[in-house]
Amino acid sequence: MIVTRPRDWALVRAQLADLHAKRVFIMGCGQCATVTETGGEKEVLAAKARLEQEGVEVTGWSIGEVACHASGQRLEVRKHFGEFSSADAVLVLACGAGVQTTADVTDKPVTPGLDSLFLGTVVRHGVFEERCQMCGECVLDRTAGICPVTTCPKGLLNGPCGGMWNGMCEVLRDRECVHVRIRERLAAQGRAVSAVPLPPKDHSKKLKPGSIDMRAGRKKSRHGGA
Amino acid sequence: MSALREALDAGRFVVTGEIAPPLGTDLTAMRTSVETFAPVCDAVNVTDNQGATLHLSSLAASRVVLEMGVEPIFQQTCRDRNRLALQSDLLAAWTLGLRNLLVVTGDDPRGGDHPEAKGVFDLDSTQLAQVAAGFNDGHDMKDRPLKGATDFFIGAAMFPEAEPWDVQRARIEEKIAAGVRFFQTQAVFDPDNLVRAVEVAHAHGAKVIAGILILRSERAIRFINERLAGLMVPEHVASRIIGAEDQVRAAVELAIEQAMWMREIADGVHIMPLGLDAAVPEIVREAGLR
Repeated sequence: MIVTRPRDWALVRAQLADLHAKRVFIMGCGQCATVTETGGEKEVLAAKARLEQEGVEVTGWSIGEVACHASGQRLEVRKHFGEFSSADAVLVLACGAGVQTTADVTDKPVTPGLDSLFLGTVVRHGVFEERCQMCGECVLDRTAGICPVTTCPKGLLNGPCGGMWNGMCEVLRDRECVHVRIRERLAAQGRAVSAVPLPPKDHSKKLKPGSIDMRAGRKKSRHGGA
Repeated sequence: MSALREALDAGRFVVTGEIAPPLGTDLTAMRTSVETFAPVCDAVNVTDNQGATLHLSSLAASRVVLEMGVEPIFQQTCRDRNRLALQSDLLAAWTLGLRNLLVVTGDDPRGGDHPEAKGVFDLDSTQLAQVAAGFNDGHDMKDRPLKGATDFFIGAAMFPEAEPWDVQRARIEEKIAAGVRFFQTQAVFDPDNLVRAVEVAHAHGAKVIAGILILRSERAIRFINERLAGLMVPEHVASRIIGAEDQVRAAVELAIEQAMWMREIADGVHIMPLGLDAAVPEIVREAGLR
């Protein structure tokens, strides 16, 4: 789940003013931003009402299945062709990937309505915690399914650091130290608690910018080849 | 050869002090601290942007200490440099004549004076100890041979009072396996906690220099409890200082007592004066360490 947060409304209005946008099309996202209640139908309609109240015309709105899918967004633009054409700008209530995907499939200026925060878990309704930094080199097999890279505020692979006190974190004092949690879970599962330290992270495994073609090298069997 | 290592290897009880380099280029106060410690200390730690607050680099300040004829313990944190810079600075340290190294994780920038800074933590303290041990063996992190190796006496931090202890014990063993040969501990108030820590280190041939914080005032105790990593002053110790008519006197007396019982357990004491540098010689002498 990509967790997002609404941008300050005054900032959103300033973005639209910069674009001289008197007519706006709004796009939400049917996946993450719907779950986080930042870019689902309710939030898109609320943004529409607010813009209209403030004198901005909303030419239309749509919520595709998922805003970060290029073909899907292309389809949304086609479905709402007239409403898109008459808009000066597109306000996207989705994560950064959704905003960019939309920008790639329309000639209209696109502007973000949300800030993207992290990839995380829905702990319970409305409560989200980061779980993965997508480092390209998973260590969860060694760390009892708890990611120290993400959940230790210092991102230490081996710990705890000197700040741990009574099992609690020094930086985020209301949280348990993840390195203590890792060792306790390993012990509870009968696994070795003290092992060879994890080696330094290979930061070259983190693709930057991330780009991958899963089809590359795949056999062309679909096309009759062997 | 590190004189600190020689002393510890010979079984002599050592004393180490601690200085913070200045925020600026005026070394007067730092030199005064070094001169105060020199007659009673085997070596002096030189902190590295301690508490994630900006100071002159430990590298430069350690060299100044060395030129004053005092043996420095060059501290290196993982917070401010990536592995290229850390390795480069280790080579620099050796060429500048620094023989003792203390590797620490480093406090998080969010608690320091530049809370907007990026905490690097490209390596952690265990990994950095491994890197230094590799340098001693003549190779870098990529196993390439160095033109001229190092022979650092590698130290790390230890937290005898911190729970859960089985986690701390594992950390001590991991650090020793990584190449750590001596530990300097956070302040210890309970002799039993020091005993358990020393037992683990000695079982693997590493030395322990036990930490003493001079609890000079109620304000200092509050600072330690609220701000200092990995430490709480126990109630019965705090009340002894807070209830005293002369808090500085009470703090010095407490430190002397600590030094005396630590002598029976550990391989040395590390005195963190919290600004009360002038009391260090008295503590060392009154405890019979010099």
